Amino acid sequence: MKKQFQGILMGAAVAVGLSSFAGIAISAEKMVYKSGDRNSGYTYATKETQAIQDDDLGNPAYIYVDDGAALWSKVDGKAGKSCATCHGVESAMLSDLATRYPVYNAKLGKMQNIEQKINQEREEKMGAKPYKWESGQMLALTIYMRNQSRGKPMNVSIDGPAVPFFEAGKKYFDQRRGQLDMSCKNCHEYYAGNRIRANMLTEAQSNGFPTYRLKWQKPGSLHRRFRGCNSTVRAQPLAYGSDEYVNLELYVAWRGRGLSVEAPSVRN
Amino acid sequence: MAKARVKAPKSVKKGEVFEVKALISHNMETGLRKDKKTGKTIPRKIINKLSVTYGGKEVFGSDWHPAVSANPYVSFFVRASESGPIKFVWTEDGGGVTEKSVDILVA
Repeated sequence: MKKQFQGILMGAAVAVGLSSFAGIAISAEKMVYKSGDRNSGYTYATKETQAIQDDDLGNPAYIYVDDGAALWSKVDGKAGKSCATCHGVESAMLSDLATRYPVYNAKLGKMQNIEQKINQEREEKMGAKPYKWESGQMLALTIYMRNQSRGKPMNVSIDGPAVPFFEAGKKYFDQRRGQLDMSCKNCHEYYAGNRIRANMLTEAQSNGFPTYRLKWQKPGSLHRRFRGCNSTVRAQPLAYGSDEYVNLELYVAWRGRGLSVEAPSVRN
Repeated sequence: MAKARVKAPKSVKKGEVFEVKALISHNMETGLRKDKKTGKTIPRKIINKLSVTYGGKEVFGSDWHPAVSANPYVSFFVRASESGPIKFVWTEDGGGVTEKSVDILVA
């Protein structure tokens, strides 16, 4: 077991200021943690955990934001391109990217999330090897990209071609599974705010992902979280990037509509 | 070995007390975990010492032990005396050293 504390050695630094680093600095007052009856996982976290997230220097996931910014401009693959070659170093596209994804990809005929889009672009446009899902590089790049949308409200499209996938995601969320015969809803809708052993149950909002989890001592993707939940109800976890998880990602993103993108958030 | 970030004000007034914050990326392997596949203990590799100098004089020094988390964060206060660099030196097991310094201008 690794210890579960973030090492705040001296004093609790809560100051939020403009940062000279790559990350997007948004003052805490502008963040929307409650929208209608929907509450971000932030509101369930302890004050100490919130303080780590509020301080852009104290938030350890910001190391990944810096790394991701470097990867964005790093040339890789046979085509000799980087992400920035086509999209620009300061890409306007990124400013609301995290609010929109997953989106429907007509070519694939299904939903596609950010990780999958990155790998598709790497293979087709850059001629580079795809990143492994939970690798440091993939986490850094997704954290950097989602961080550029920080503070914007979650707003996925569930119209038109996305409808059947949204329905499938909702069905997955409501479906009981595993040896414990529990659905996502059983914990995250009926018992949000209660403890399950030592852990606080939240509303399963995805606006902060990839999140730096103090237990993991590193950031993790949303699909890692899905897999964790699946195995705690003793169900067989699905593969990273499986269609079911991407559909679920769409449904969960819709459930959190209006909440600010917090990536990278800090949770216990 | 590792990446570090240090934040301090660029300029301060003489006699003013200011805050310095620092974060370093490090696994802080405790030496207590076992490799799940082989069953062998993963050797300890942590940052065991942090020393901070301001204008060449040590203003903050600490010895760290395995209970310190991964990616350790430190913040402390210093009184501004003279212009000079604040230099962080992290030393890990095995002797690897990471350094990062920021210049402070005392007006």
